[in-house]
Amino acid sequence: MSELAFWSVAFVTVASAGMVVFSGQLIYSAIALLFTLLGVAGLYIFLWADFMAGVQVMVYIGGILVLIIFGIMLTHKIVSVKISQSNVQRKLGAVVVGIFLIFLTSSIGDAPWFQMVTTEPSETVRTVGRLLMTKYLLPFEVASILLLGSLIGAAMLSRKEE
Amino acid sequence: MSVDLLYDWLNESIPFLSGNSLLLLLAIVIPAILLFLVIAVNAIVLVYAERKVSAFMQDRVGPMGQGVGLHAGKWGMLQTVADALKLISKEDIIPRLADRKLFIMAPFVIFVGAFIAVIALPFGETLIVADMNIGIFYILAVSSFGVIGLILAGWSSNNKWSLYGGMRSAAQIISYEIPAGLSLVTVIMLTGTLSMQGIIQYQSGGLFDWIVFSSPFSFIAFIIYFIAAIAETNRTPFDIPEAESELVGGFHTEYSGMRWSFFFLSEYANMLVVNGVAVAAFLGGWQSPIPGYLNSPGWGVFWFISKILVLVFVMMWVRWTFPRLRVDQLMDICWKYLLPIALFNIFGVGIWTLIFG
Repeated sequence: MSELAFWSVAFVTVASAGMVVFSGQLIYSAIALLFTLLGVAGLYIFLWADFMAGVQVMVYIGGILVLIIFGIMLTHKIVSVKISQSNVQRKLGAVVVGIFLIFLTSSIGDAPWFQMVTTEPSETVRTVGRLLMTKYLLPFEVASILLLGSLIGAAMLSRKEE
Repeated sequence: MSVDLLYDWLNESIPFLSGNSLLLLLAIVIPAILLFLVIAVNAIVLVYAERKVSAFMQDRVGPMGQGVGLHAGKWGMLQTVADALKLISKEDIIPRLADRKLFIMAPFVIFVGAFIAVIALPFGETLIVADMNIGIFYILAVSSFGVIGLILAGWSSNNKWSLYGGMRSAAQIISYEIPAGLSLVTVIMLTGTLSMQGIIQYQSGGLFDWIVFSSPFSFIAFIIYFIAAIAETNRTPFDIPEAESELVGGFHTEYSGMRWSFFFLSEYANMLVVNGVAVAAFLGGWQSPIPGYLNSPGWGVFWFISKILVLVFVMMWVRWTFPRLRVDQLMDICWKYLLPIALFNIFGVGIWTLIFG
């Protein structure tokens, strides 16, 4: 049962990721991205990372994807130019992707993998929070300064000239 | 009843199928059907309540159902049932220039967003479909589906009013998610858990142990959450995405019949969800206000639902009392007032727990 669920989630993720790339219309790509991000959240749940799955849905679907669709809506149909997505340099792209695929499969085969934990961890959020405040405090703070910088930058760029 | 409990019960009561994955499927499908019924009944009751409340506030009587033959029952109680039947039998119109696929998909995206949020609502001590470790965060996260559905509906209708409605609602819901989330952070700081049942257990012991009364900061947090909740459900005074006088019907202008009614099912389901979160996080969930009195599981459902209905009534009261805000006023309230107060509140609760906690 759980294997079936895993394969269906994996299939949805990969198939919709394919749609993101191959769909001709930008808005369909964005909608397909919804299912890709959802599938990735599902994969997090299979790894017992429930908090990460929640963050994935909240940040990527609730924030970034909405912004992407917002951007498409603001430009498409208001500007008279039809915005479509086109893939150029297919052959060259296929070669690069093929090389990357060989590289990935060989490294996946060689890597020493952790075994999947089969029992549910009792506390995930608490552990994550504790680690962020102790062991990974410096990266956490650096990331927050980076985010603050980008926030101020965005506000600077979008404000009107006086 | 949670899925795990139901699965165990099914395993015991149907011995020849025990351990079969069919039972797990049943244990998932049965609560889903029950939740669908809850959402449908909820919408029917709330639409009726809305019509009656608005009528009484405007010194009218509302739907009454008089005369002989087919009429809408005593005090018009069957009015919304009749409305539902009408909507089901109505012609389904899809505009020729609409984006057909997305137009069909949009109501379902919104409905799924509302539906999967109800999963984490605790109707009683054991009566919760899934008591997740991240319950309250999960509800906040999946509410973003509604935004995407609204934008899709607005965009795919190929109508200026719909597009404006969709864009307004996206801007509004994303903005108001922030004060709502920050005010729930104060609750999480006090309880130290994200699980809905854990938050409710923390508030056991009567009225004065409820989080809303436990400190002045959490009372402010409750007010902020409630204002943000009204905005997130797109209700007056924050209903600029629909704004009948400006945008005809906003994002659902082009929808009719069953598809239109899906928007309303999910709108009322969303009211259930946001008020359910408010009740669970601030008002003690299914706990009785008097400790040890009327606290059995059955009464738990009663308390939870009646607390929700009180908050829903306040929402309706607000709706028929205040005029609609302008777009700029709406954004001002969110970013210049609610957000700083909510941030200050988090600081205040931190100090409070350091001193009294």
